[in-house]
Amino acid sequence: MAKPTFAMYWAASCGGCEISLLNVGELILDVDAAFDVVFWPCVADFKYQDVEGYPDGYIDLCLFNGAIRNSENEELAHLLRRKSKTLVAFGSCAYEGCAPGLANLTTNAATIRTVYTDSLTTDESRTQVPRPVTQVPEGEIHIPVLYETVRPLDQVVPVDYIIPGCPPEARQIAAVLRAVLTGMPLPAPGGTIIGAGNVALCEECPLAKNVKQITRFYRPYEIVPDPGICLLEQGLVCMGPATRSGCGALCPQVGMRCEGCYGPLDGQDQGARMLAAVASVVAAGGSHIDEHAQAQEIAAVMDTLVDPAGTFYRFSLAHSLLRRARVADNSA
Amino acid sequence: MSAENPHRTRHDPHATPDAGHGERVGVYVCHCGHNIANTVAVEEVAEWAGEQPNVVVARDYKFMCSSLGQELIEQDIQQLGLNRVVVAACSPHMHEKTFRSACQRAGLNPYLFEMANIREMGSWATDDREAATQKAKAQVKGAVERAVRQQPLEPLYVDINPNTLVVGGGIAGLTAALELANAGYHVYLVERDSSIGGHMAKLDKTFPTLDCAACILTPKMVDVANHPNITLMTWSEVLSVHGYVGNFTVRVRKKARYIKEDLCTGCGTCVEKCPVRIIDQNFEVGLGYRKAVYRNFPQAVPKYPVIDTANCTFFQRGKCRACEIVCPTDAIDFNQKDEIVDLEVGNIILATGYEQFDARRVPQYGYGRLANVFTSMEFERMVNAAGPTAGRVVLRDGVTVPKRIAIIHCVGSRDKNYHEYCSRACCMAALKFAHLVHERVPEAEVFNFYIDIRASGKHYEEFYHRVLSEGTHFIRGRVAEVTDAARGPGEEGQLIIQVEDTLIGKQRRIPVDMVILMAGMESRKDARQVAALFGLGCDYDGWFTERHAKLDPVVTMTEGILVAGACQGPKAIPESVAQGSAAAARVAGMMGQRVMKREPVRACIDAASCSGCRICNTLCPYHAITFHEDRKVSEVIPALCQGCGACVAACPSAAISGAHFTRDQVLAQIEGILWDARQPEVLWLEPQ
Repeated sequence: MAKPTFAMYWAASCGGCEISLLNVGELILDVDAAFDVVFWPCVADFKYQDVEGYPDGYIDLCLFNGAIRNSENEELAHLLRRKSKTLVAFGSCAYEGCAPGLANLTTNAATIRTVYTDSLTTDESRTQVPRPVTQVPEGEIHIPVLYETVRPLDQVVPVDYIIPGCPPEARQIAAVLRAVLTGMPLPAPGGTIIGAGNVALCEECPLAKNVKQITRFYRPYEIVPDPGICLLEQGLVCMGPATRSGCGALCPQVGMRCEGCYGPLDGQDQGARMLAAVASVVAAGGSHIDEHAQAQEIAAVMDTLVDPAGTFYRFSLAHSLLRRARVADNSA
Repeated sequence: MSAENPHRTRHDPHATPDAGHGERVGVYVCHCGHNIANTVAVEEVAEWAGEQPNVVVARDYKFMCSSLGQELIEQDIQQLGLNRVVVAACSPHMHEKTFRSACQRAGLNPYLFEMANIREMGSWATDDREAATQKAKAQVKGAVERAVRQQPLEPLYVDINPNTLVVGGGIAGLTAALELANAGYHVYLVERDSSIGGHMAKLDKTFPTLDCAACILTPKMVDVANHPNITLMTWSEVLSVHGYVGNFTVRVRKKARYIKEDLCTGCGTCVEKCPVRIIDQNFEVGLGYRKAVYRNFPQAVPKYPVIDTANCTFFQRGKCRACEIVCPTDAIDFNQKDEIVDLEVGNIILATGYEQFDARRVPQYGYGRLANVFTSMEFERMVNAAGPTAGRVVLRDGVTVPKRIAIIHCVGSRDKNYHEYCSRACCMAALKFAHLVHERVPEAEVFNFYIDIRASGKHYEEFYHRVLSEGTHFIRGRVAEVTDAARGPGEEGQLIIQVEDTLIGKQRRIPVDMVILMAGMESRKDARQVAALFGLGCDYDGWFTERHAKLDPVVTMTEGILVAGACQGPKAIPESVAQGSAAAARVAGMMGQRVMKREPVRACIDAASCSGCRICNTLCPYHAITFHEDRKVSEVIPALCQGCGACVAACPSAAISGAHFTRDQVLAQIEGILWDARQPEVLWLEPQ
């Protein structure tokens, strides 16, 4: 009997997911032994035509990482969906847009301006903006078209499983791969989260938690947190309470707030939930002062919370209730 | 840990199965006479509702709350097999109970009923018929979507502690305490001052009957002190309140009196011999003196004095002990300490009263600067036979009898610079003062400066006419200024009232000897703290907020916390007494049932989903959330939970759900309301 087939693809992503996959260590040899790799641009020289040539459903397991932000990403999403029996949104970009999804806070034109023109390190005299179509003596050449809105994979094609994380923890990938290799039954497909917990991160975070009364917020560089005590209590906006567990609370244990890369809990909006939680523990004013003074005190505390969109929706914006900001940009 | 168990399912105790499993909804759109039908096309809304998924029947009807309207619902439940009911009418506050009962009578769980408020939030808010109709449809759609996801719930029953705490020993609190005690229930009456009696104890006569205030008040005070069902705690303050209706735990601090109550006979020798004499800013409002060991007034209840440590020579300098030496029963105890007492009560009646507006805040009237400008409370003390002048009407020098007296109404009231509201009692008190001046100083002339005379009580108008006939001058106009700067020989050495007499349309300057400012009522300075302590609301002016201004004036939005008297808004004695009785009746009525039915709208934490982050721990206003240190999870105590939803909103992992307001119900309602909203478009960048 032929070996089952394996594919991995990167759309709008940084490549960290592939590194994390290789971080499973020697288990990767078992994967190589058990599967036939039929498409994996990062490590093997297959072409898109090769994939097009496979019969539908030819790929048994396809790990898709990266968000959909241009026409090439979308084309490959549809192609791999057609060719794969099991399509996994692998990592935060494919699952929820991740950092590329933050482009949804502005317009494409503004993003391109920032990258190619306004950046301090760009020599404006040599600015060249990528154009989808370029005329050359030999004819027209095309590059993929950049979309206005970044979308997670499941907003483009149906996804069977999701492995969250930026990147997914090697330990969790290994657990899933072992389950697949040993033929353990997976849960019913349909956008199902695997390789992560189902309770918030605090569950696996060993820091001591007390009641929370926040009087000002800090960015990580502003304080050296007291080790051993919940970071949120110390004013660092640790996203742990609204973030799915599974990573082992690696960041909080070394004094770095959880940024929320494992995404929201089932059916929740991560940013909204955390925002509501933070709003509930801001200790400003008190019932003895009038509403106006209280509002001012609250505003003063909230002013110390810099970059709320990037704090609460760093990973999940494109997959949240908000999806994107409405921006009027007439300069494009 | 989670890797070993990656597919743990989350258990939501209030989760509803996906809608669309045979829910049969009936929609009823009420005309409310013209209230709704004039602005909302009710027939159109009903017809449209009938076409919506899950809706089996939709009707419009003139008055859904009428017995015929309710029968309509009951019939449809039984004949058409409805299992969800939506009424689009007024606010749930108004009629949710009515329609829930109708559902229950027809055998449908009352929590499968949903109300859409298309009156207060629709027809009353606009004249735009098209917009109001469109909004009504959206509200109905939202209600239907929520209703199909609702779950039957059963009410909770809890025992009621039969004891009641009354806070404040003024006339409202006294009345409430006596009514309940006479009905056989135990009452704890906590009063901050050293004696009960409140403001009324300071008054001489009461309008319009001119009863002597003391004569009608002191018997009640004595009854309270002697009543076997009343525990009187004066010189005491409430520190904290925990629990919920039926079962409150209240912590009270009994401040040290430095008098042993079991030994003191109330003879008053200590007061007499105390060498320290200070101005009494409290009871005598600065017009008289008291000792360092003192009673507010001779008939004070309880009779035991208190020692004012801030002014007592012994407490300040370690010597004197005059009171200890003269006390015939050795009742003085300088070592007494504050005591903390915990009370268990089922209901709490707040009767914390009002404060008089500080007349210094109106600088143009000169109070505090011009000696012979008095406040109404100062004048009350002056005309009181037991007061500092033994009832003689005199100027600040204590001897000169005034010949011309001005009474200025509405000081701090009916004035956008201070309080927009009318303080209700001052017009009648001003008329009473005019009468008392005529009685005490028959040759004196009295001028009342008023905006309108508000005499809308029983026998009030008659009293006004009586005072008119006694020769009091009534000048209609708000006084611009009280000044001692004379403009002519006739004005020297006098206080001049500068006023526009609006009835003759002329500016007038009226020289007088004495001015009485009818300072209005305002909420106590610490009203907001008290409200926070007891968990009730305050309005903009600091008055405690009642559940319904007309139909539920003594009950607050917090179950088991009632209000009576002037802490809820300006009131004279009759209304305060009526509210005291009303609050007592409400409490007695509830305790007669022994157990109490409570809404099953409660929050619940799914222990398996709780990460123990402790976000929710501090924010519950009812202290209903406990944290289990051993299991690292938080838990809601259902009996304490009031179902406010603060924790449900705050829980970052959505481990807390609220029965009857689950996330899927609320989100479905929102989606229903937005049924006609446009889908957001995805923008594409065209190739350049």
